[in-house]
Amino acid sequence: MEIFDLSVADLQARLRARELSPVDAVNALEERIEAIDPQVQAYLSRDLAAAREEAARADVTLPLGGVPIGIKDVINVLGEPCTAASKILESYRSPYDATVIARLRAAGAVPFGRLNLDEFAMGSSTENSAYQATRNPWDLSRIPGGSSGGSAAAVAAREAFATLGSDTGGSIRQPAALCGCVGLKPTYGRVSRYGLIAFASSLDQIGPFTRTTRDSGLLLNAISGQDPHDSTSLDQPIEDYTALLGRDLKGVRLGIPKEYFVDGMDPQVRANVEAAIKQCESLGAELVEVSLPHTEFAVGVYYIIATAEASANLARFDGVRYGHRADAPKDLLDHYKRTREEGFGSEVKRRIILGTYVLSSGYYDAFYLRAQKVRTLIRQDFTSAFEQCDALVCPTSPDLAFKLGERTDDPLRMYLADIFTIAANLAGICGLSVPCGFGEVDGTKLPIGLQFLGKPFDEARLLQIAHAYEQSTDWHKANPAL
Amino acid sequence: MSSPELDVRYVANLARIDLSDAEIAQFQTQLGRVLEYVEQLSQVDVSHVEPTAHANDITNVFRADEAKPGLEKKAALANAPRQANGLVMVTKVVE
Repeated sequence: MEIFDLSVADLQARLRARELSPVDAVNALEERIEAIDPQVQAYLSRDLAAAREEAARADVTLPLGGVPIGIKDVINVLGEPCTAASKILESYRSPYDATVIARLRAAGAVPFGRLNLDEFAMGSSTENSAYQATRNPWDLSRIPGGSSGGSAAAVAAREAFATLGSDTGGSIRQPAALCGCVGLKPTYGRVSRYGLIAFASSLDQIGPFTRTTRDSGLLLNAISGQDPHDSTSLDQPIEDYTALLGRDLKGVRLGIPKEYFVDGMDPQVRANVEAAIKQCESLGAELVEVSLPHTEFAVGVYYIIATAEASANLARFDGVRYGHRADAPKDLLDHYKRTREEGFGSEVKRRIILGTYVLSSGYYDAFYLRAQKVRTLIRQDFTSAFEQCDALVCPTSPDLAFKLGERTDDPLRMYLADIFTIAANLAGICGLSVPCGFGEVDGTKLPIGLQFLGKPFDEARLLQIAHAYEQSTDWHKANPAL
Repeated sequence: MSSPELDVRYVANLARIDLSDAEIAQFQTQLGRVLEYVEQLSQVDVSHVEPTAHANDITNVFRADEAKPGLEKKAALANAPRQANGLVMVTKVVE
């Protein structure tokens, strides 16, 4: 086994036993990145010297002491680029650490590498990056999912031990499913977003990509908790999210939302997810069918609310305080309009236009306010469902990883890729994706994800359930042939 | 819900983004389809439903009104495309 094959927990054991040093871990990743990232294209940039220096000082007795962690290029790390995969931030350097980065450092971890994404986290395939298209490590002609495609592909290709991403409508869970790793979206309010470039502020959460559920809990331990810099972060008891790992599924009630098994989903996804649910039952879980009756409206609600919030959040990119500025503007209006035309890519412009429209005079009530009301009904669906069960189990994505270019001309079809992940963001609950097998297309194996959705602030239980399933399978041990 | 009457050129001006004629035509078609899709929300009876702005039941969060350390001037200016005399330069707004 190579160093880069280790899970975070196994790497820590080696570091603490002094069999390896944190610098060895950084060097092993660097070697791996140099060998395979020209194919995968997960990384946008990395500062090897800074990571080595920080690794050399790392205290391996700390919870994540000496563990290098890759960062989605939308989270600020002092002195490093933070492009959001946009031309508008091409020359930006972060003047401060995001709270999650300060917390990772306090836990001894070493931020290493900036990972590709759809521009401003808007997309489901990472093809909207202004810089490069990240490939799925299982089939380099296919997309890794998105928007955190670089974070997912790097973990799956073993060119990162663990990474951080952000999830606004599935941007952690969907790429985790398509790349075959564990992706966790914490409850809204669990993790501070201070220093995360905002996309849709009522939906965004930062969370980890890892190879195992245990590693997921270890990272959440480090990054969660209230932060005075983010007034939406909540004062919840500090928990050890690994504390319940190892408990079995006896007495656990798993709800199966009937609306999440729809016509048109890939038959291989359906078969694997159904087999995984049976596996949970054989491990002692009690299965109950539940209904989330407003599921069909989630994508519509999301694309109104998320674009509305994005149109306001992205107003700050005005070419004045930071970022690209158009040359020789003839007046301030021309300055704004050309700066934004030149700086933003097509999908970002499209969403700003849609968001501006649904908030504009005469349309606000019809679109935005109505969407906020349907959002209430979607939240209530989950509240009712959780009265009958401890967690929900369903597919993460209706599809296997698709080919690059297959959906770029059809935004609506791309939006529908998020159909099973969006409702969790609207409801603010926690969710994770864990590998549950493979489909096969043209002789190539492609990963499938099983999604567990939990009650607000019930991540410890969610991880316990996912861990019990994961440990009864070998899916998380499979690696792409890179 | 009213039927979509999106005028991309008009909205792009509100959003302060120049678009090419080709982009305007493309967005008009693509966003027209998205708006047709979200029309489905008009089927839902929301007459007695309160809107959700975000998922947590908190409203305002206050702290004591005391000065706290923030970014130093140098760091705050480091990314400004144009600056002079310790200030961010803005394109002229008055003649």
